[in-house]
Amino acid sequence: MTAEKILTRNFERADSHTLTAYLETGGYTAWQKAQTLPPAAITEEVKQSNLRGLGGAGFPTGTKWSFIPKNHTGPVYLVINADEGEPGTFKDRYLLERDPHALIEGMLIAARAIRSATGFVYVRGEYVEPYRRFSTAVSEAYDAGYLGKGFDVVVHRGAGAYICGEETGLISSLEGKKGWPKLKPPFPAIKGAFGAPTIVNNVETICHVPHIITRGAGWFASLGTKTQGGTRMYSVSGRVRRPGVYEASVAITLRRLIDELADGVTGNGRLKAVVPGGASAAILRADEIDVTMDVDGLRNAGTMAGSAGVIVMDETVSIPEALMVVARFYAHESCGQCTPCRESTGWIYKMVRRIVEGRGRKDDLDTILDVARRGAGTTICAFYDGAVGPYISYIEKFRGEFEALIDGAGARVVATPASRAATAHA
Amino acid sequence: MPKLTINGHAVEVPPGTNLIEAARRVGVEIPHYCYHPGLSIAGQCRLCMVDIEKTPRPTIACNTLAAEGMVVATETDRVKETRKSIMEFHLINHPLDCPVCDQAGECWLQIYYMEHGLYDPRMRDEKVHKPKAVPLGPHVMLDAERCILCSRCVRFCDEVTRTGELGIFDRGDHSEIGLFPGTELANKYSGNVVDICPVGALTDRDFRFAVRVWYLDSAKSVCPGCARGCNIEVHVNRRRPHHNEGRRVARLKPRFNADVNRWWICDAGRYGFAFVDDKTRLVAPARREDGAVGDATWEEAIGAVAGALRRFAPDEIGVFASPKMANEDLWALRRVLEAPGIRRVAFRVPPREPGDADTLLIRSDKNPNSHGAALLGLDGDGAAILAAARARQVKCLWVFGHDLLAGAWPEAETDAALRALPLLIFTGTNANATSERAHWVLPAAAWVEREGTYTNFEGRVQRFRQAVEPLGQALPEWDILGRVLRALGVEVGATRAERWFRELAAAVPAFAGLTYQAIGDTGAVLSAPTAGHPRSEPASRTPLQ
Repeated sequence: MTAEKILTRNFERADSHTLTAYLETGGYTAWQKAQTLPPAAITEEVKQSNLRGLGGAGFPTGTKWSFIPKNHTGPVYLVINADEGEPGTFKDRYLLERDPHALIEGMLIAARAIRSATGFVYVRGEYVEPYRRFSTAVSEAYDAGYLGKGFDVVVHRGAGAYICGEETGLISSLEGKKGWPKLKPPFPAIKGAFGAPTIVNNVETICHVPHIITRGAGWFASLGTKTQGGTRMYSVSGRVRRPGVYEASVAITLRRLIDELADGVTGNGRLKAVVPGGASAAILRADEIDVTMDVDGLRNAGTMAGSAGVIVMDETVSIPEALMVVARFYAHESCGQCTPCRESTGWIYKMVRRIVEGRGRKDDLDTILDVARRGAGTTICAFYDGAVGPYISYIEKFRGEFEALIDGAGARVVATPASRAATAHA
Repeated sequence: MPKLTINGHAVEVPPGTNLIEAARRVGVEIPHYCYHPGLSIAGQCRLCMVDIEKTPRPTIACNTLAAEGMVVATETDRVKETRKSIMEFHLINHPLDCPVCDQAGECWLQIYYMEHGLYDPRMRDEKVHKPKAVPLGPHVMLDAERCILCSRCVRFCDEVTRTGELGIFDRGDHSEIGLFPGTELANKYSGNVVDICPVGALTDRDFRFAVRVWYLDSAKSVCPGCARGCNIEVHVNRRRPHHNEGRRVARLKPRFNADVNRWWICDAGRYGFAFVDDKTRLVAPARREDGAVGDATWEEAIGAVAGALRRFAPDEIGVFASPKMANEDLWALRRVLEAPGIRRVAFRVPPREPGDADTLLIRSDKNPNSHGAALLGLDGDGAAILAAARARQVKCLWVFGHDLLAGAWPEAETDAALRALPLLIFTGTNANATSERAHWVLPAAAWVEREGTYTNFEGRVQRFRQAVEPLGQALPEWDILGRVLRALGVEVGATRAERWFRELAAAVPAFAGLTYQAIGDTGAVLSAPTAGHPRSEPASRTPLQ
């Protein structure tokens, strides 16, 4: 099951980011083949491959492409989401740094499928080296004539907001506005960037496309499960011996990923919990890791594949402290547009922090759970639902740890400047 | 026209109608904060959730268009619980400072908490603190802690005035409304953000702390500030006369009229009422003899005016009517002029500076009734009247409201004309340089102290109602003129504004068929545009010479 490396096949080469290296390993031949195919055939091939979006939502890629109105005559935009901001996720960064031409080739093919003449690549602001590497690759592709003949690529840098990784928040930001997610409907495929039909795809998703065209949908589908094809890149961090990015089938189990690819749990060596799909995914206990990592497998396990950011915690990790860190993240990154998310992310962070600092109240845990459940599903975008995943699962699965802090056993004062300032008047 | 069902009521609405508006048609109110019919859809307050059949969870009504066969329920248990939650979220960081908040009594947080909240507060942590009492511009004060970030004010400045001064800065629960660097909220419509702010975040610097809103009474009116005739409400404080330094008129608020001003009024109109309670108000008839001013009775004043109209030959009398007078006043004036046959009458005094204008509401003609005055045949040559006064052909001049010395005419020439006059009569609400020269001053009631109608630049006749009693002994002009008529021995049937209007409607073809009832709250357009005043052109464009 440690499948053949596809996306990461060139990662060991020091010059993997260059056009020379890309061409030596079969680069741009898929684009040559794609140019002989009608656009609808490309979309159909991607549909058959069971490729699903690897940015977080896991939506079938070919189906998304087919939402572009058939008889549309104006511009259509292809937007690449390279804003990789989900905590625990660092795969797209490697793709941009080590195989930027794979993304360009994938974009050329995707653009042909959706009849787009312009692609935007929205790169996370903090990703300086990935931005440089990718921009250089774009220049090479222009010089070599892959770009500029019917398809142009614009590289845009973000300014450091998590919410700009949400596809319509990204579009707002790309348009020069505050990065607020947009009301749906209309959906981006109907009215997206600058009012034109727009497809937003993740970097890794699009990097798969050349391989699907070259080797066929059947081959790709066979690498995964019945409902999701291919491999994907797992970002493994936390208490493992070898943290890093690993490419494996979407059907690999979480246990194998931790034990075999990441070489097992470190810390005290005993696993306590794992977040399987980035910070927004519900947490799994040590006895819940015999699950496959595909979208449906993890959904059935009550969590999500998300961005495949796997965060491993050994028994020495305090779950309430981990939730405090996550809650602080959501309170800081909520865009502030929708009332439930804007107000309750901050409120929940204050309650969790109080518990961690030993000032918890008996009813805090039930209040947090109730507030999280009441806010879920009431907002414009999925950000708040993403926050609700950890709020509820950390408390439900590790309630004893929280209660011990509230009862005064093992309370630990976490002195942050923010907490001091905010509690000074309390 | 999609047909749908809302809480069991069937309703048919035009395509493109959202569920909030569709529900209104069947008398169902869907609570909301960020939605405003005059602005784009923001969908961010999340309060307007409703249940739609075959939809897995409550959906916001503002961004959902009515569709054929849709079955909407606004009062399911799920919707009520969601509303309660959203109200709690809106209020957890709110300072709950109603006792010292100007919005109290007309605050949608108070109203909706009582209707849809009523939860037991659970927030026991320190609230987020934000700037308070921040002046955003000459008229608007911000309390960021009370703000629910509905973005109505931001959208107003982006979409209606297109001036874009406001934005929402920072993120999460630290988000706050603010000005972009280097700007201030000083556009010509800035006061409207106070009206559309559903909470106490944006308050009116002129009104705040003046009087509690529950002491206010309201009258439907029309703004007298320009030829548009925006529909307004006059809010007056009669119950706490010791508040606000005795100012009776507390504030003006726009009143929706789809054909005139929609939801908005300009700042010039909104804050243009100070003259009503100003120290310069004329409150009693007065006579000036040999430079000394003394009070007079109405009988003496009316007798003096009637005597003058008899004593001087019609050609020796000039009259400056005012385009700020109501149709009823102007008609009564015409009746007065007709009695002795006075022909030297005008109403336009060109302003020294041309009035500002824009494409939204503001008209360059700063008078509410130029169109009406023209329709009533009072559009004579004012400069010629003054010239005749200088030549001592006109010996008696009756001026309504105008300060002839403040207009565009050369001040020295006007001054010479006024000095040459054996008799100058002034009727108006406030003293000015012209009234200071007058031998007789007859105090007039301000527009909020009486009722009447104005005809706007488009030929729309609109009613304004009485909000307060006239100050001192001031009387409506129609009343003053009726008394003069009687003193001239003319039979006068009309003793109320409405009677004068009936007479006018019977006599002037353009007004034929109009009644106060037909005019109603939103006005009635005259049957035919008058020659020289096509509806699309401002009345003031007519050359003054």
